[in-house]
Amino acid sequence: MKTLRTGHAHVFGQNIDTDQIYPARFIEYTEEADIKKYAMAGSDDPDFVQETQPGDFIVAGTNFGCGSSREHAAITLKGNQVGAIVAESFARIFFRNAINLGLPVITCPHVHAHVQPGDQLQLDLKAGEFKNLTNGWTAPVEPLDDYIMNILSHGGIKPLMRAMTSQGKVRE
Amino acid sequence: MHAIEKLLAAKAGVDRVHAGQIVNCDVDVAGINDLYYQTVKSFVEMGGQRVKHPDDVLIFFDHYAPCATVIQAEDHKKFRQFAHEQGIANLMDVNQGVCHQVVVDRGLAKPGEIVVITDSHSTMHGALGAFGTGVGATDLATILITGKLWFKVPEVIKITLTGHLHPGVYAKDVILHILGDLKADHGIYKAIEFAGPALKDMTISERLALCNMTTEMGAATSYIQPDDRTRNFLKAKGVTDYTVYTTDEDYHYQEEITYDVGQIGPQVAAPADVDNVHDLSDYQGVHVDQAYIGSCTGGRLQDFATAAKILKGHHIALDTRLIIVPASGEVTRECIARGYIQDLLDAGATLSPSGCAACIGIHQGLIAADEVCMSTSNRNFPGRMGSLKGQIYLASPAATATAALTGQITDPRDYVEAE
Repeated sequence: MKTLRTGHAHVFGQNIDTDQIYPARFIEYTEEADIKKYAMAGSDDPDFVQETQPGDFIVAGTNFGCGSSREHAAITLKGNQVGAIVAESFARIFFRNAINLGLPVITCPHVHAHVQPGDQLQLDLKAGEFKNLTNGWTAPVEPLDDYIMNILSHGGIKPLMRAMTSQGKVRE
Repeated sequence: MHAIEKLLAAKAGVDRVHAGQIVNCDVDVAGINDLYYQTVKSFVEMGGQRVKHPDDVLIFFDHYAPCATVIQAEDHKKFRQFAHEQGIANLMDVNQGVCHQVVVDRGLAKPGEIVVITDSHSTMHGALGAFGTGVGATDLATILITGKLWFKVPEVIKITLTGHLHPGVYAKDVILHILGDLKADHGIYKAIEFAGPALKDMTISERLALCNMTTEMGAATSYIQPDDRTRNFLKAKGVTDYTVYTTDEDYHYQEEITYDVGQIGPQVAAPADVDNVHDLSDYQGVHVDQAYIGSCTGGRLQDFATAAKILKGHHIALDTRLIIVPASGEVTRECIARGYIQDLLDAGATLSPSGCAACIGIHQGLIAADEVCMSTSNRNFPGRMGSLKGQIYLASPAATATAALTGQITDPRDYVEAE
């Protein structure tokens, strides 16, 4: 896993729910190639998919990903190669879904007030530090549990589980 | 330790756990709903070959039931094939209803057990003393392969309810009021326990509504200590085999909050956040295009009894439509047996098959731009029930039935007889 990441900011507000990240009307798609077309389609930045570049960051206030359990919300952001989501807090199911897909979800208090759309951002997962390279604002990020870090560093739960199933470890 | 901690410790096979600890637990009930064929895809991608405990797995055809598009029908078809291949007998077909209500109807949510479903409203099962929690598709696929899942032991917030509800005020008003007060992110990763004398008076149906909506404040799970009501409810379903854990006297809650329910009047969550809660009277007179009674929050027998009582012998307003969606097939049949459906149809209601229907904005009652829907469901985000410009007010079944009757937001207390 790449521990030093940089990217441009896309900024969203508080309580960004899964209907904003991935509206229910597109939920019947099951392939990432389809799902990635509708990222943030229900938000106040519906052109996100056209604007985003691989490695860009999403920055948000509290409770990012609240609402439904749809994994589509994490799949669509991963499909657009979002480098990291940095928010003041995350809804629990979204957090789990993102970690399972190997998408870094990083909690950083007060981040929303210190980032403007388009700012150049840097995340050092090893040092646990977030930096806004545009305005110089630097803050520590909340460390992830070892258990969660292990999943993330393997690129998500799927490679981990594949290793277990291929070694017959789940049959014990 | 808290009862929840004892439950998680038992399911993890350890003596003690503490808040913040990550534990790997046996899962008793694993439910997949039809939105998430991703679950099967993840199962295959992770090298899954046989489902470890097919008897513990349920597949629910609820969000699409019955299918409105070819893609939905293809997803159902693939699910049927998976269930057949894996020996999953519990395929809850399009006649069954919303996953959570089906689980409750069948007595599968019971004290001391872990219920995990690919649906955020799984917190509801705490009303019966279970550890209910929602997960995404890949987490559920992990359970299919291993029978287990990791959980972070939550801190617990205790909400004590005192006083007596006034006629025309319900558990739905209480949970909306709490959401408005504490806000949508207050309970992230936490467990919300309800206790207190007012809770003792509440039926299981009302307790389910309370616990159901704790997910709207971010809660991982919720809990109500099982009591005689719980035991009697389960006994009537023939369920007597379960373990009731109790919280130790010296357990330290992360936070303790008390509400006097006698101080709460009818509430609405106004557009477009679940925590944008106000006294219903603040919105009195707003025209309602669609009234919607249904969902895992507000589509149970008691909810239709309340609505039927208000609407029996009357007719809904000319410019308002009333969609009724009993949460499960069992609820539908019971409502028919008691005459509620007849009363509501006579009053001009439109009956829709059991399932999630318009609550999730997929089919069976979507709203157009600038239309107003009053709903007994649980979310009013932009676009949740159709157009991004539609406006959704969440309220109790009584308030929703009253709005259907008058065509506008109206205080239900004037239409509900004192009991």
